[in-house]
Amino acid sequence: MLDETSTPLLFYSSPKLEERILNDQPVLQVNSITKRFPGVVANEDVSLALYPGEILALLGENGAGKSTLMNVIYGLYQPSEGEIFVKGQPVSMNSPRDAIALGIGMVHQHFQLVPVMTVAENIMLGSESVKNGLLDTRAVARRITELSERYNLAVDPYAVIEDLPVGVRQRVEIVKALYRNVDILILDEPTAVLTPQEIDGLFEVMNLLKSQGHSIIFITHKLKEVLRVADRIAVLRDGKLVGQTTPHDSTEAELAAMMVGREVILTVDKTAAHPGAAVLEIDGVAARDDLGQPALRGVSLAVHAGEIVGVAGVQGNGQTELVEVLTGLRHADGGHIRINGQELTNASPRQITDAGQMSHVPEDRHAYGMVASYDVAHNMVLNSYYRPPFARAGVINEPAIHQYATQLVAEFDVRTPSVDALAGSLSGGNQQKMVVAREFSRPLKLLVVAQPTRGIDVGSIEFIHNQIVSKRDEGVAVLVVSSELDEIMALSDRIAVMYKGEIIDIVPRSQATREGLGLLMAGVKD
Amino acid sequence: MRIFRSLLIPVLALLAALLTGAIVMLIFGDNPLKAYQGLFAGAFGDGRAWATTIRKMTPLILTGLSVAYAFKAGLLNIGASGQFIFGTVCSVAVGISMEGMPMLIHLPLAIGAGIVGGMFWGAIPGLLKVYTGAHEVIVTIMLNYVASLFAGWTVYAGGTQGQTPGPLWDPTAGAISETPDVLASAQIPWMFGPPYRVHWGVVLALLVAVLFWWLIYKSIFGFELRTVGQNIKAARYAGIAVNRTIILAMTIAGGLAGLAGAIETLGLNHKFAPEFSGAVGFDGITVALLGQTHPLGVVLAAFMFGALDGGASRMQFESGVAADIIQVIQALVLAFVAAPMIIRSIFRARWLSEAEGQATLTTGWGGN
Repeated sequence: MLDETSTPLLFYSSPKLEERILNDQPVLQVNSITKRFPGVVANEDVSLALYPGEILALLGENGAGKSTLMNVIYGLYQPSEGEIFVKGQPVSMNSPRDAIALGIGMVHQHFQLVPVMTVAENIMLGSESVKNGLLDTRAVARRITELSERYNLAVDPYAVIEDLPVGVRQRVEIVKALYRNVDILILDEPTAVLTPQEIDGLFEVMNLLKSQGHSIIFITHKLKEVLRVADRIAVLRDGKLVGQTTPHDSTEAELAAMMVGREVILTVDKTAAHPGAAVLEIDGVAARDDLGQPALRGVSLAVHAGEIVGVAGVQGNGQTELVEVLTGLRHADGGHIRINGQELTNASPRQITDAGQMSHVPEDRHAYGMVASYDVAHNMVLNSYYRPPFARAGVINEPAIHQYATQLVAEFDVRTPSVDALAGSLSGGNQQKMVVAREFSRPLKLLVVAQPTRGIDVGSIEFIHNQIVSKRDEGVAVLVVSSELDEIMALSDRIAVMYKGEIIDIVPRSQATREGLGLLMAGVKD
Repeated sequence: MRIFRSLLIPVLALLAALLTGAIVMLIFGDNPLKAYQGLFAGAFGDGRAWATTIRKMTPLILTGLSVAYAFKAGLLNIGASGQFIFGTVCSVAVGISMEGMPMLIHLPLAIGAGIVGGMFWGAIPGLLKVYTGAHEVIVTIMLNYVASLFAGWTVYAGGTQGQTPGPLWDPTAGAISETPDVLASAQIPWMFGPPYRVHWGVVLALLVAVLFWWLIYKSIFGFELRTVGQNIKAARYAGIAVNRTIILAMTIAGGLAGLAGAIETLGLNHKFAPEFSGAVGFDGITVALLGQTHPLGVVLAAFMFGALDGGASRMQFESGVAADIIQVIQALVLAFVAAPMIIRSIFRARWLSEAEGQATLTTGWGGN
């Protein structure tokens, strides 16, 4: 079991696993892989081995570096440091073509199929079979039929892709990889787009492939699936490998804690909360996600003045949709949202900001929180540009904006050459401080903060946490959504745990433990 | 420095187009030097040459602004041509009716009709985009055909088997398809009369360019428009009414093209005939892109295109090179502006890519 203060970095606890590591030669091995992008380290010193005939689950939150690691293995990226061995030989891959030649195939999360072409045409794309100068589609179709019978992957070679349901398209992708004679198969979040029945089918196929000697890397952030299908589990967090285990030796709660824990233990100095009247009242709210699937199934929650309510949960359990519904960015299909007693269900973002005196630090600051091509000054007034003194009678008042932004930059310690610098040129931490400066500097009753410290440096994290607590102490009602359990534990006065679009439980901070929250995040409630 | 940099690509593009044009002339055994001399003389050689250049430039300023305006909101208005034609028909309809009206009322009414007609024609793709998701490029291209055919019908001369003539057809013109002349009270007065034939419309167009600049860069509305164009999600987050902004952007873009039609008709042609086509609307796309969608850039680009158009016939007369080569050059300008990579490799302007390196940093890392 994991305790609250330390997370074991690496553990091999199964005797069988140790035996295997000593005796078998891995088909694929990566040693100390580091991948840097400008300003970001996506993978840091990751070492991992894949053995013949096993399913290795790679577990991690969005942004943990799973896809980057797989793109390195598939030849799409070159590692900044480290080595890759395939069947014992050191290799360097410059493109997926090299990877395929070495027997590595990948099924991407977003399918790489041409919708208007047939299954056979898609599968032979790039390795066309030619007879007398013409495409030999019939030979390809024969091979496809052979493969689909052997691996129980029913596909019609002559069907057109756009007529096929998503589950079948995925089968086509798998056949496409097998057609190229790969024995290492990387499946990037394959279950994200499937129905439960299709997932069962996929797992059967995976086991069949395994029994015929293929090795599979299965990328996911769904704990139940990992425990069901994997032989071994590797967990990535913040680009680093934080542990390896087997389904036999671990529980959902442990895996959840490993996924969302943070090595740096965050502490926030704060006094006891003195909650006042309810500011935000959410009552039975339902909503759907971008694909039209139910994402919120009757969420009810109240946030009072002067308290911080944290929303914990493994990503993808409705937290994003909840914040979007609250802030007017997503339509609620049912339920009520009241802010300061005022009914604001499905009101526009501006109505909610004005009438509710609400501020919102969005989860994705690049997509929502800022305009990268604007300078810092105009980003500081992104949602108050129309108010005096920033505008009078419809005319923008540049000096006032400039002065205000300069003041906020100093107050919130945003490191920028000047307020005329483009927001996109700032570091992640400073961009977030800019967003926080803007959102925290209005008269506030309610603050909705989503993933406030994702992808930013420790110094900025501390600063932003202290700002959030000081807003609470001023009597603002604060809702913090984070996939970092430590962040939730450090900030919250009460913790609501979301699971499958519902709030499974609300616990006072004083009664919350990592284990207890981990169990709730995995959907286990006693 | 910033102005210098933003001018660089368009100027190099023009240069590359003129060079390529010269090569084409050489291949056909023409003398490019003589041709370009003629071109220059025809555009700036004397008062009449200047007058031609200004005359050609005037509608291009407005159609260029029309495309630029939509572009600021992240929309591609390929429909300036149709909006121009529809605006023309509307202003002619007002211009040939209401006899006895004083100019002070009649002329603004006729110009206004052109603007409103263009706005209506621009609003359609905006509304369809917002409410049905139809892409504005497809819709505006289709509406170009509709406007063109509709305009043709309004001046249809009728048939020998008793088909009804179009409502704006001039019966005194016999079998020719055209409208009567607009009444004198609806004609834009000459700034310099014949032989120069420069009307006050050019001043109006320049004033509109200034207004455009103020609206885009100084007003709340412009801030909202640009925010929608730069990051539509952030615009929604910031509480901007994105749908309303898109509809308004297309409507105003249409209004600008409609105004171009009104000015061209009321100032110069004084009537509508199908051969006054909407080519000037398509040239607006090139002018807007060449001008980097900045109002000052658009005016400069329109001036350049006006000079090319204005000098073309003199060039043909003096050097024997077909005036059509000018259209080749104009098309090449667009190709070069649209493909700065070609310009870069031609001129080996490495430091250009350094300047752009800064810009790409803003997109950052989108992995995972």
